[in-house]
Amino acid sequence: MSDLDARLARLRGSAQPKRHTARTIAAMTANPGCSRRAVLDAAGVDKGRLATQVGFPARFGQSRFAITRGNAFEAQIKADGCAELLSLLREKLDLPLSEVGYQDLESLGNESNADRHARAREAITNAATEAGTLFDHPLLRMEVGGRAVYLEPDLIAFRLAGRFHVVEIKSFPVIDGQADPAKVAAAAIQSAVYVLAMRTMLEEQGLDPATVSHDIVLVCPKDFANSPAVTLVDVRKQLTVLRRQLSRMARIEELLDLLPDDLTVDPRPDADGVPTATPEELGAALHRVDARYAPECLSHCEIAYFCRHEARGETSALGRAVREDLGGIESIDTALALARETRRPTPEQEESAALLRAAARLRAEVSA
Amino acid sequence: MTTLTSLARAIAAERGTAQRITTVRHVHIHERPLVLVPLTLAGEANAPLAAMVGTARDDARLLVVAQPRNRDQRFGFAADLAEIVLDYVALFTTQVELVATNRGRESRARYADGPQLIVPNPAGAAFVRMFGRSTRFRKTDGQWAVPMTVPVLGRWLTHFAERYDHPGSAALVALTSALTAHWATGQSALEDANLAALMGWLDPPAGMTGAEAGEAAEDPLAFPPAGPVTDPTFDNEVLAPLIDAYTDNPGEPALARLVAAVRGQIEPTWDLVWRGVELLRALPPGERVAVRWGADRDAYSSMVLGLADGRPPQPKRDGAVAAAGRLNRMERDQATYDVQRAFDDPLVLAEYRLSGEAFAGVVTAAQPDRVDTSGRRRVLRPHVTVLTQDPVRFTPGMELTSPARPSQKATVVSVHAGAADKAEVVLELAGGMGSSLQAPPGSVPEVGERVCYTAFGDAYQQTPDFPAREDTPWTHGGPPRDYVPTDGDAAEDWS
Repeated sequence: MSDLDARLARLRGSAQPKRHTARTIAAMTANPGCSRRAVLDAAGVDKGRLATQVGFPARFGQSRFAITRGNAFEAQIKADGCAELLSLLREKLDLPLSEVGYQDLESLGNESNADRHARAREAITNAATEAGTLFDHPLLRMEVGGRAVYLEPDLIAFRLAGRFHVVEIKSFPVIDGQADPAKVAAAAIQSAVYVLAMRTMLEEQGLDPATVSHDIVLVCPKDFANSPAVTLVDVRKQLTVLRRQLSRMARIEELLDLLPDDLTVDPRPDADGVPTATPEELGAALHRVDARYAPECLSHCEIAYFCRHEARGETSALGRAVREDLGGIESIDTALALARETRRPTPEQEESAALLRAAARLRAEVSA
Repeated sequence: MTTLTSLARAIAAERGTAQRITTVRHVHIHERPLVLVPLTLAGEANAPLAAMVGTARDDARLLVVAQPRNRDQRFGFAADLAEIVLDYVALFTTQVELVATNRGRESRARYADGPQLIVPNPAGAAFVRMFGRSTRFRKTDGQWAVPMTVPVLGRWLTHFAERYDHPGSAALVALTSALTAHWATGQSALEDANLAALMGWLDPPAGMTGAEAGEAAEDPLAFPPAGPVTDPTFDNEVLAPLIDAYTDNPGEPALARLVAAVRGQIEPTWDLVWRGVELLRALPPGERVAVRWGADRDAYSSMVLGLADGRPPQPKRDGAVAAAGRLNRMERDQATYDVQRAFDDPLVLAEYRLSGEAFAGVVTAAQPDRVDTSGRRRVLRPHVTVLTQDPVRFTPGMELTSPARPSQKATVVSVHAGAADKAEVVLELAGGMGSSLQAPPGSVPEVGERVCYTAFGDAYQQTPDFPAREDTPWTHGGPPRDYVPTDGDAAEDWS
């Protein structure tokens, strides 16, 4: 175990490291400046559980109906060796798929992740010479924060005209050619994770990573029905964002150097698994790591409610735009004191203070 | 977001109480709006689960789809909703008014009142749009026949959704948006999207601050989400077992339990919406709100006429000319809405004063009878000097307008820095003073009068000429064909 691994393990404590998925890796790109999130993710801390332990449980769940619908749609697309998907790819994308092989790389019972990944790697790299093979459930691997992470995607990669395409199946509808932009964005970044993992894999095998196309195939239900619609989505931008964030994670040591060596969020479970660390203890440890809270965190980060509580009184808690409007002043009290001229601005606050004074004067004049 | 509203947010956060960001109401509130609170089944494409709908707080009708994936039950829901909505939109076709057009030379008729649909939030408005899309192409005969009223409902819902895209329209109001346009809370815009939390800030129960009530309202168990998507925990622990029970044994007891559970989720939102409507209603309306409501009534009148004339349902996609025209109208509506709000409301105008697009001050000198003799004809061109504390970013030669004298043009002659952060602006006035060389009383600001000048005005703008639909140039695909609903549309599954 390297020093870094030992350090991260100490930080995490006795709990098993949380396994990353494309979703969690994609989520890291949402607030790249947040050290707290970077450190916890690198250490594999279960942020959801930690949030509950410190008294600020996350508030997102998934409805059973949505899961059922998603699974049913995926099963429908993949039925009979992806027959429905293939005919769509032929028709809509005009892909010259004459004969198609289908290979399911699903887990073989008690197979280890490393073995399963090796099997997927072999199958896919061997496909370098054959065209048109679909790979279902290939297990991919990528480095996150210096540690290997296995991704178990429900994706299919198919090879066509010398290039691999990642296929992402989502159950949100595309109605009259339009879909919810937020959902498409989420699907694109998740697919980018797979593209990156596939490229890394090929590169490790001495093959050209550019063989994996940056155009992913998004499969969604069309209009209000269950029949699929396929769309090509260019994920080049997402790949750039992702690479930047992963390289930042690779420099996690620099972040850790700023923290005390014995810092831990270990819940210290007793023999029955009941945590013995108090919420105050865990909270105090969390406070040692700098967060960069923004309201958007509430919709994608498990410990966001803890950070929101901590950020109370800061202008950024009201939204990044609000903070900018208030001249970038960090604290609400300071901004208001400058506006009311009860506090003398520092030289670098002069410009913001003038704006705030003018705003306060106008508000007072009009409201009077 | 602007500096003044952000300052209001900071003050709200400091005091734990929401702050007004307007002095008047900028949205029309109907005396009898139709409130619609829709709920959908998670994961499905706009599959209705329930709706609470009615024109008064104590007159709610609850529609529930016991098996949201069942096609017949969905169209049953659509038919029930159609009955309510179509009855409502028919209420306003009794009284007609004449509006002068073409500078009073002609006039045209429109309905004196129109319908207003209020939903809890923008996602509710999206439901209206999607439900309109999924019903307006249905056929009333053949294999997939639906009740006659269903496609008509679809066209009305589409009408409301299209008006919603026009800034300043009040035909379809998303309550959270309307409320946050008038108040700033001490939480973020993202958190304001939760109706219960927002109403906690705006109208906290006795003994609680807005901040406390807002935070308490974040608990989805005590305050169910305003939808259309339901709380996942409710879905998993309550709704799913009840739907399963009903599917296994579709009798009255199972249905009653299901309806009661859904009522528990939808009723709190219903009450919040009406409370929110009352908060808005209590604000005095801005002067130009009625003008914009007139535009909504124009659209309503045209819709009624179109239905009677057998106009085809709104297409899935606009043709080239229709799209260009729509975009142009939306841009003009946005510009008009911004200007009208500023002219109606000194607090909104203050935003422009802060950013240097307007200034207000006191007239310190006036030459009301100044005559310009430099041209061929002698013309009345009074000068006034205004002393202002606002940051003036105007340069000589720029043309300004005053909300108090919209027909008068004011050209900046000079700007001088005065004492104590103040600036002296000299303006030359033209227009709005009659045709003689003597300015009528009141037409030129007097010394001591408080005045305001802006870089924008609400003068009438000429509509650009677009080719007729049948003259769409070949570069834009030529004249579009009418969209004829196909069997595919009629058969289109709801998953």
